[in-house]
Amino acid sequence: MADVQAEPRQCLTARQAGLVACTHCARVWPLGTETCGRCGKRLQSRDTHSMSRVWAWWVVGLICYIPANLFPMLKTTLLAKTAGSTIVGGAVELMAHGDIPVALVILTASVAIPMGKFVAVAYLALSVQHGWTHDLLRRMQLYEVVEFVGRWSMIDVFVVAVLSALVQLSVVVSIHPGPAAVTFALSVVFTMLSARSFDSRMIWDSLDAKPLEASKT
Amino acid sequence: MATPDLTDGELEQLIACPSCDALYRAVSPGVGARATCERCHHVLITPIAGAALQIVALALTILVLLTAAVFTPFLSIEANGLKHSVSIFDATLAFAQVNMIGLTVLVTTLIVVVPLLRMLLLLFVLVPMLLKRPPFDGAGLAFRWSEDLRPWSMAEIFVLGVGVALVKIANLAHVEIGTAFWLFAALVVVTVFQDRFLCRWTIWGALESGHLAPEEYARRGAARQPAGPEHG
Repeated sequence: MADVQAEPRQCLTARQAGLVACTHCARVWPLGTETCGRCGKRLQSRDTHSMSRVWAWWVVGLICYIPANLFPMLKTTLLAKTAGSTIVGGAVELMAHGDIPVALVILTASVAIPMGKFVAVAYLALSVQHGWTHDLLRRMQLYEVVEFVGRWSMIDVFVVAVLSALVQLSVVVSIHPGPAAVTFALSVVFTMLSARSFDSRMIWDSLDAKPLEASKT
Repeated sequence: MATPDLTDGELEQLIACPSCDALYRAVSPGVGARATCERCHHVLITPIAGAALQIVALALTILVLLTAAVFTPFLSIEANGLKHSVSIFDATLAFAQVNMIGLTVLVTTLIVVVPLLRMLLLLFVLVPMLLKRPPFDGAGLAFRWSEDLRPWSMAEIFVLGVGVALVKIANLAHVEIGTAFWLFAALVVVTVFQDRFLCRWTIWGALESGHLAPEEYARRGAARQPAGPEHG
């Protein structure tokens, strides 16, 4: 498979064969069929509205991500004094206590993954919109990583839920979720929807747009 | 490149990569092997012997674990003589106390409702198949929903979240891990195994042809002309 890695081979696609493929169950139907006769999913050779949906969810996700970083995620009340900690603030606090691995988990899941996801989805969408022909396989792999990794960002929301439920020791100390928990959870959901709206078949269309004869030797 | 009209039977023998639209003749790679797309490496077919039975068994296990995990104490904390135990529902209700009911609903959905629903849908689809009976009405829709729900099933992320929370308060109080935590940890392992057994193409093939067991389908497929995706 080494040659595939270097230069993705051009091959016959369902669309070129006059067929439309179901993205859910992989069954093919004659072009123009509206719903998959096997699984019932709506068929589209290429999801032409895909890009506008990707960008719409992307923008909403980004809008939610900004307050998620500015407002406190957790509010700790210790002896009647309340202190809020943001995502980054909480991680820095953990590091100060020497819990560096856990701080890194939080920083990865709540900062690196969401940020990386915004950049990656934007790059993928732009690459398709401009019909870039390079790095097809690498872009496909990037998309798969984005889809796989995106849901792990939800971890910080779960941490907040567990901490707030657990630490309710009357007046001594209590922990409550802050407003950032809501916007952060929404941001994760919206970016997941953004990535899922992306029709990855469009990455490969730049390759298939070339005449098929060109690759035959 | 338009292909002359193909009959439905001929179309049934084709498979298009859902990730890159490459068209192949569907040939089962044989039990235990994987057929992947040549150009984007998406896994197309992974038949496993007795997959339906294993998926059903694991789905039942997950249902039991999940139900037990919701009602038993999850963690308990002790500091200065005060003790406090929480279940998973307490954890999700933490958001409701501060007027974040939406988050309570979201978190409950992601860690309890969606995993539970997925397992029920899978049982609905696979149990008749296992008993060599025709599938129930709506089995196709149920399987599609179950697959669409997969990324929203976040039990394993919750377990890691609990781990992080434990470290965060380790120096604040003494924390005891309850039964439910271990139930949830087991659930994560079982879910990972179950996902490995699940081959969409095989199950859809079986649903389409009525009563065909996945193994049988794989055998028939292997007898066809090998001209399909590479056997990775």
